[in-house]
Amino acid sequence: MNARSEFLPLSNGGAVVWPEVPVRPIESLVEHTAAALGTGARLCAWFGVPEGGGVSVVAVLAYDAEGRLGVARSAPVRGGYPALTPRQTQAHLFERELGEQHGLEPRGHPWLKPVRRARNGAPLHGEFFRVAGAEVHEVAVGPVHAGIIEPGHFRFQCAGEEVLHLEIALGYQHRGIEEALPGGPHRATAAQMETVAGDTTVGHATAYAMVMEGLAGVEAPLRAQWLRALALELERLANHTGDLGALANDVAFLPTSAACGRIRGDFLNLTALICGNRFGRRLVRPGGCAFDLEPDRAQRLLTGVARAMDDLEHAAAWFWDSATVRARFESVGAVSDREARELGLVGPAARACGLVRDVRYDHPAGWHRLAQVPVAVWPGGDVLARARVRWLEIQRAVEFLREQVPAGPEGPLLEPPPPPAGERLAVALVEGWRGEICHVAVTDAAGRFRRYKIVDPSFHNWTGLALALRGTAISDFPVCNKSFNLSYCGADL
Amino acid sequence: MYVLDSLVYRLRRGCETQPYPDGPPPALPERHGGALRLDAAKCAAGCTACLPVCPTEALTRPGPAPAQLDLGRCIFCTACVEVCPTRAITPTGDHRMAARRRADLVLGGTNGAETARLAAALDERLRRLFGRSLRLRQVSAGGCNACEADTNVLGTIGWDLGRFGVQFVASPRHADGLLITGPVSEGMELALRKTWEAVPEPRLVIAVGACAIAGGPFVGHPQVRNGAAAVVPVDLFIPGCPPHPLTILDGLLRLLGRLK
Repeated sequence: MNARSEFLPLSNGGAVVWPEVPVRPIESLVEHTAAALGTGARLCAWFGVPEGGGVSVVAVLAYDAEGRLGVARSAPVRGGYPALTPRQTQAHLFERELGEQHGLEPRGHPWLKPVRRARNGAPLHGEFFRVAGAEVHEVAVGPVHAGIIEPGHFRFQCAGEEVLHLEIALGYQHRGIEEALPGGPHRATAAQMETVAGDTTVGHATAYAMVMEGLAGVEAPLRAQWLRALALELERLANHTGDLGALANDVAFLPTSAACGRIRGDFLNLTALICGNRFGRRLVRPGGCAFDLEPDRAQRLLTGVARAMDDLEHAAAWFWDSATVRARFESVGAVSDREARELGLVGPAARACGLVRDVRYDHPAGWHRLAQVPVAVWPGGDVLARARVRWLEIQRAVEFLREQVPAGPEGPLLEPPPPPAGERLAVALVEGWRGEICHVAVTDAAGRFRRYKIVDPSFHNWTGLALALRGTAISDFPVCNKSFNLSYCGADL
Repeated sequence: MYVLDSLVYRLRRGCETQPYPDGPPPALPERHGGALRLDAAKCAAGCTACLPVCPTEALTRPGPAPAQLDLGRCIFCTACVEVCPTRAITPTGDHRMAARRRADLVLGGTNGAETARLAAALDERLRRLFGRSLRLRQVSAGGCNACEADTNVLGTIGWDLGRFGVQFVASPRHADGLLITGPVSEGMELALRKTWEAVPEPRLVIAVGACAIAGGPFVGHPQVRNGAAAVVPVDLFIPGCPPHPLTILDGLLRLLGRLK
C-alpha cells in the first residue's frame, strides 16, 4: 500500500476532524512514518494525546515538494512500542520527549534520556555519553554561561583541542507551557505564546493565531495577514543582524560587531513603531492584528528600513571583505547535507547545508500565498554558509518590505474568531527567523484544548550544533554556537 | 578596503552614544504607553471589569476597596486600560518604574498610591562601594530572551553602559551582584542559588522583568518559583515585559544614585 494514503492530507493552517484522522496500530504508524520519511517527507511533530487509558501517538508530516501536510495517529498505546528513531534519526528527540511526557517507552531508542524534567532544582540529565581513552578529557560548561545568555549545559569529550563528541543537555528553562494548555485557551495563553521564545514573539504568536483561526474555520482578514508577514520579516531582520554582529564579535572583528549591535536595535524599534513593543508583543492576535500600520506610519517604517539597511550594508561589506573573517568561518563547524536531512534540520541551519527548505515557500499560508520571498540557500554547512544565508535573508527581507509595505490591502484588521470547533486537529507552520515553528492543537468535544504541541525550530536544530562540533577545535565552539544561535527556552518550553 | 571604509564611516558618524542622562532621555515608542497609573478614586463601586482580562492576575479587588494593580506582575498588555469604564487606569508614558521594595509597585487598593514609588539610591556605604563601579553577573532563570536581549542592548554603542562603570562579567566571583531574568524555573533554582552564593558580600540582586519579579505570564505554574525573591533577596525590581532598555538603565542609575 502507498504510504501516502495512510496520512490524512491537510494544508498549513488547516484543521481536520479528529475522529477522521486515520488510526493505526502503533507498529503500523511507525512503519508508515518511517517509509514516508524515507521518501522525502519531514517529521514536523510526533507527540502523544492521552486517550482511552493509554496514549495516542500523533504524527504530523510535511511533504515539502507538494506543499502538503499529512497527519495520522495510533490506537491508544500503553507501556511501550518499537521506536521510530533507529530507522529515522529525526525522531530521536521527539521520542525522548514522548517517553518523558507520557511514560511511553520507545523500545530500541539508542539514547533514551529525559529532555526537560527537573527535580531538586536542576534538570534530570542522567549519564552523559563518554569517550574512553587515556588522552580523552571532558569539559563541562553551563548552565550559567559567560555573557548575557540563557542557560544550558554542554558536555564536550575532547582529545586535546579537538572535540570528539558534544552532548547538549537542556531543560533549565522549562516553564511548563504545554502542561498548562489542556482545558485552554486560558487568560494567560496568548501572553505565554508570545514568550515561548521571546525573540520570536511574532513567529509563535502567528502560529498560535493560525491554529485558533483554523480550529474556528476562519481566516484572519487579509490586512492582518499582510501585517503579520511584514512583522515576521522585521523580526528576522533584527535577529539576523544581531547574529552577524555576534559572529563578528566572536572573531574579534569589532567594527561590524559594534555597528550590528546598534542596527539590530533600529530594527527592533521599527517593530515598536507598529505596536509599541520592540519584540512585537500584543501585535498578533487570533483573528488578526491589534495595531494598524497606517500610511504615514508605513512611510516611516520604509524610511527606517532603508536607513538601517544602508548602515548594515557598510557593516556587512567590511565583514565579507576581510580575509581574516572568512578564514575564521570557512570549514569551521561543518554539517553535511546528508546529516542535515537525517537530523531534520530546519531554517537557516538547513539552508546553509544546501537544503531548499522554507515554510514561506513550501507551505505558504496567509500573505505568503500572494507574495513570496526567494529561498536563501548556501552550500557548505559551515559557519561561513550559515552567516551567508543570514545575509541573503536580510537582503531579501528588506526587498520584501520595500515591495510589500506599499501593497497593503484595505479592510478590517481584527475579527475575533468564533470559539474553536470541538474534536478538531489544527496545524500551523510559520517560518520564524530560526526556522520552522510548528503548533498543533487537538480540541475536546467542547472545543477546549485537549493537547497543544509546540515545536520550536531549535528543537530540531540543537543536535545539528552538537554534530557541527565534531572534529572542530573546542575554541571554535562560541563561533559555531553563534552561527546556529538556537533558543533554549523555545526548546525547553 | 574595510579598514579605510570603517574608519571614514566612524569619523563621519561621530559619537553615537545618547546624551542621556545629562541630556534628555530618548523617546519611548509612541505606542509604548510606559508605566500605568491607577486613580483608585475613579473605581466604580462593585466594578470588576478589569479583573478577568488581566492575563497575570495583576489586578485584584478584595472586598469593598478599589481595584489594586501590581505593576510587578503586570505585563503591560493594557487590556485593563481598554475595558475600564471609568478610565481609572491610564498609561503615563513614563519610562521610570524601578522600585526598591515589592510593595512600592502596588497601586490602588487600600494603600491608595496612584503610581509606583520609584527606587531610592543605595545607602552611603554601598554607594561608595558600587556608585562608580558595579560589576554584575546576569542569570537567566527561565527568561524568554527578551529581557536578556534588552539588557544586552545596554552594552551597545547607543547606550554604552560602561560609561557609568557598570559592566557584565563572566564569573560571579568577579561580580558585585546578580541581574536576574525569568520566573526562576525549577531547573535553574539550584544554579541560581549557587551563583548567588559565589558572589562576594556585600552583593546586590536586581530582578528585571515581570517574570523575575512575580512569575510574569507563567505565574502559578508548578514548574516556576514565581520570581527571584523566592530564592534570593532582591534589592531592585524593574517591571516590564520586557522593560524598555531605558527603564532598565533608569533603574540601575537610580540605584547607584546617579540620577539627579
